[in-house]
Amino acid sequence: MTRPDLLVIIPAYNEEANVAGVIQGIQTYLPGAAVLVINDGSRDRTAQVASGAGAEVLTLPYNMGYGAALQTGYKYARENGYQILAQIDADGQHDPVYIPAMLNLIRRGDADIVIGSRFLVRSEYRAPFAKRMGMLLFGTIASWATGQRISDPTSGYQALNRRAFCYCAADVYPSDFADADVIIMLHRAGLRIREVAVKMYPSGNKQSRYLNMYSFLTPAYYIFKMSLAVFVCLLRERGGAEKVLD
Amino acid sequence: MTPRQQIFALIASIALLLFIVEMVRRRKLREEYSWLWIVVAAGIVVLSVWFDLLQWITFQIGAVVPVSTFFMFGIFFLIVVNVYFSIKVSTLTTQVKNLAQRLAILDHYVQEARRAAGDEPAGENRAVDAPPADGEGVEAHV
Repeated sequence: MTRPDLLVIIPAYNEEANVAGVIQGIQTYLPGAAVLVINDGSRDRTAQVASGAGAEVLTLPYNMGYGAALQTGYKYARENGYQILAQIDADGQHDPVYIPAMLNLIRRGDADIVIGSRFLVRSEYRAPFAKRMGMLLFGTIASWATGQRISDPTSGYQALNRRAFCYCAADVYPSDFADADVIIMLHRAGLRIREVAVKMYPSGNKQSRYLNMYSFLTPAYYIFKMSLAVFVCLLRERGGAEKVLD
Repeated sequence: MTPRQQIFALIASIALLLFIVEMVRRRKLREEYSWLWIVVAAGIVVLSVWFDLLQWITFQIGAVVPVSTFFMFGIFFLIVVNVYFSIKVSTLTTQVKNLAQRLAILDHYVQEARRAAGDEPAGENRAVDAPPADGEGVEAHV
């Protein structure tokens, strides 16, 4: 049996209500793709539901954070020889209908990382004020540092080629949230980033703090942390994407 | 420094020294962490006995009384130790994260292999199936 070359990863924390729908959506638009749910220490039946919906499930021994869960998926993909990886949130916020278009950009070799952005076209998506300000500020900084427009630096809806996810599987990846600092880091590592317009829905899991960093970070702390992360990122050496490839 | 201060500093530093050595002997403290404390305790012993040295340092750094030299170096040392431990904790955090990720991936392979062999594992016995509530069950394994 040959493994497919595409792996779709879904980091999930207490998403028993939504994860099956997301998996079914992926199976509709990408029949035959391997789907891996990274169950980040959920206390509900996320693992059983995901497994029942036909996904492979990796269960982390305790809750480790969104970034650490994603990275587990990158490591799994690296080990198992996958060439392309797509990542999508488990709460139903991302519509899987966009994945084929994102993957096409990767397959054509136009980009190493494709980010689904909710702000490239006008949409009814409205973030809370603090979040909007944070996105605007760090989107601007990321755009300046990378020399290209980055409209949605916090989007978790992405597709990566092997070069990109192998780089992220190394120790440089943050455990909490990938944000402008990670985009700048990836750009400086020599990876090509593209954004595509996607529509996002309100989260199906309103209580989830897992996917919404702004619910537990105060804006002041967030701005401080991100400014520091971006500053330190700019101090580091460029390059490095080649070093981590096997 | 009054003889009273001198005797107190001497007793305190010797007690610290003995305590550190005893902790290392009982393997409660690893050698690589103990050297720092031994150096500090030894330093206090030297400075409380050799008062001229303390006075000389006080003069060199522009302090007025030897006691403030003691305090300044004490606080400086505590800051350095805290930064050192922050670095250690960061390293440990990364290592624990990598271990947990490795565990999850290996556990998945084990389940896959067992399924392939027709040996369905009993769900409730799996190592990582049921995470404990925050902090709960952690001490039980120490």
